[in-house]
Amino acid sequence: MATRIELRQIVKSYGTLQAIHGIDLTIEPGEFTVFVGPSGCGKSTLLRMIAGLEEISGGDLFIDADRMNGVPASKRGIAMVFQSYALYPHMSVYKNLAFGLETAGYKRAEIDQRVAQAADILQIQHLLQRRPKALSGGQRQRVAIGRAIVREPKIFLFDEPLSNLDAELRVQMRLEIAKLHQTLGNTMIYVTHDQVEAMTMADKIVVLRDGRVMQVGAPLDLYNRPANQFVAGFLGSPKMNFLPARLDSAASGGHTISVAGRTLDLGRRLAVTGPDEALMMGVRPEHVVLGENAGPASLGLARVQHVEQLGGETILHTALDQGDVLTVSSAGQLAIRPGSMVPLGLDPAFCHLFGADGRVL
Amino acid sequence: MATTSIARPQAGVRPEGGGLLHRLFGRQPAGYLFLLPWLVGFLGLTLGPALASLYLSFTDYNLLESPNWVGAANYVRIATADPRFVAAMRVTLLYVVLSVPLKLVFALLVAMAFNRGLKGLPLYRAIFYLPSLLGSSVAIAVLWRQLFAGDGLVNMALWQLFGIEGPSWISNPRYSLYTLVILSVWQFGSPMIIFLAGLRQIPVDMYEAANLDGASKMRQFFKITLPLLTPVIFFNAVIQTIDAFKAFTPAFIISDGQGGPVNSTLFYTLYLYQEGFGFFRMGYASALAWILVVIIGAFTAFSFLSARYWVHYDE
Repeated sequence: MATRIELRQIVKSYGTLQAIHGIDLTIEPGEFTVFVGPSGCGKSTLLRMIAGLEEISGGDLFIDADRMNGVPASKRGIAMVFQSYALYPHMSVYKNLAFGLETAGYKRAEIDQRVAQAADILQIQHLLQRRPKALSGGQRQRVAIGRAIVREPKIFLFDEPLSNLDAELRVQMRLEIAKLHQTLGNTMIYVTHDQVEAMTMADKIVVLRDGRVMQVGAPLDLYNRPANQFVAGFLGSPKMNFLPARLDSAASGGHTISVAGRTLDLGRRLAVTGPDEALMMGVRPEHVVLGENAGPASLGLARVQHVEQLGGETILHTALDQGDVLTVSSAGQLAIRPGSMVPLGLDPAFCHLFGADGRVL
Repeated sequence: MATTSIARPQAGVRPEGGGLLHRLFGRQPAGYLFLLPWLVGFLGLTLGPALASLYLSFTDYNLLESPNWVGAANYVRIATADPRFVAAMRVTLLYVVLSVPLKLVFALLVAMAFNRGLKGLPLYRAIFYLPSLLGSSVAIAVLWRQLFAGDGLVNMALWQLFGIEGPSWISNPRYSLYTLVILSVWQFGSPMIIFLAGLRQIPVDMYEAANLDGASKMRQFFKITLPLLTPVIFFNAVIQTIDAFKAFTPAFIISDGQGGPVNSTLFYTLYLYQEGFGFFRMGYASALAWILVVIIGAFTAFSFLSARYWVHYDE
């Protein structure tokens, strides 16, 4: 049965330096949760505290109903897959898989059966007698996952497990880990700095910055309704465009703002204190539309600076009259050359407004 | 279509314009010039004397008269009629068998203690390395004689602390060799530094993975640390064993060059020295030296052959 994890005001300090600032988080049984954020945001530290590899300086960690703060790593029912794989180079794949079971004192027949089962799931039966140095990166990663599977843990932790793989293999392993989650149904926590991994794999994403949770939610919730400018900019590729804006007036229907030298009727009211307030407007590249009558609001002509042809979509890097830079993503293959002028527009319904403190309005 | 062909020199045909220098040193005379200081030293001070001693080992030579060819007589006598050779070999082997493992174990224990993130580590490392620099010197050997003499510091401490009247450790054939073994173990600094470097190379992730598996510290040591340290253990074992076979100064100083009492500190090199520079039997001493070369060579070859079964090299 899957396991629930609860963090209450979790703090991590190194001397006077506080790395994690009172995090509250609940991970439901069987959920695939991804901790994502830039380097140094504390995502790996948080994972290691859950694993028991890092002492918890303050707050409480619960696994199901049990407080785990002082419980040794081996007693938490957790298995972890490391970024470096952490395979023992002097042992065969079989020995690597069996190490934890031998340590726990399992009988040989049970060990053989569990190793065979894990090898079957990961399709590494033919590698069992090889040493890690004779394996490719992807095969090593499978063995590392296999080592976690054989222990039949309640919780799987993954610490940037795909970072050392090439792009193609990452996509393949991403799918396999997602399938593994579907098959086993265990609670899994996955750490990555790659927002694509987070978006594609997670049931729930936890965005971290400087040891604080910026937002928690389902991938599309975070993508469509970011709680702040950081989350809005972090999730999505190409990144969200940000344009400085100023609040003009509040009509009966909603607020109007000045952005890129034009007035934009938002058609909704913002929670702001008064006119002339400095804002930041965010719009995703796929929500900027090309064409004379593109969208309800026109942004005028923009000069195309650079074109990226991805086959299925075309990405234009453009500059508006006032110098604001705007990235546009459009489906299909557009025959547009750098230097040409293109009319841009957008739908205010897809615009995100952020206050001076970065919070969404 | 125009094509460009590149002329290649024919095999075995020397390009035009090669002088004497070219014929001697090929196309890289400057390389040999840089090599020259080492080459002169190697040929004049190592290879030359070594080959000369090989020749002398088949002669009767007293330094004053010309060497007299005696064939394998020196080797036959060593093998069949030299009780001091047997004594020296026994003492040396005992010294090697005792001092090398003890020194390596001690060095590894200290290195592991240092590897736990000690404050002021560079200072401790320097202090513990110091005996390795001084240990084989005459001064330390003299100090050792003072420590383990009948009225030495060790016996004074034994008397003061436990009321025990100790023997003269260096004058008693039962204990004299062991004082030299202790002196050797005390010089653990060099292997300790190498062990420490080896321990630092083992990724922390492996211990963390073992922690999650519930492996005890002892199991981690035997299943992770020791196997991953085998390349370093192998290196230290070979170097220290060769050094132990060649040990000379401590035995020379402590026994006044005699190897006593009752041949108990008669190291092989000391016996060789006595034969060569005490009795001026240079031919015989040369034969002894070549037997030592063969013994050390055989040990080293055996070590390398056995390494494939117990030394684990990563990547």
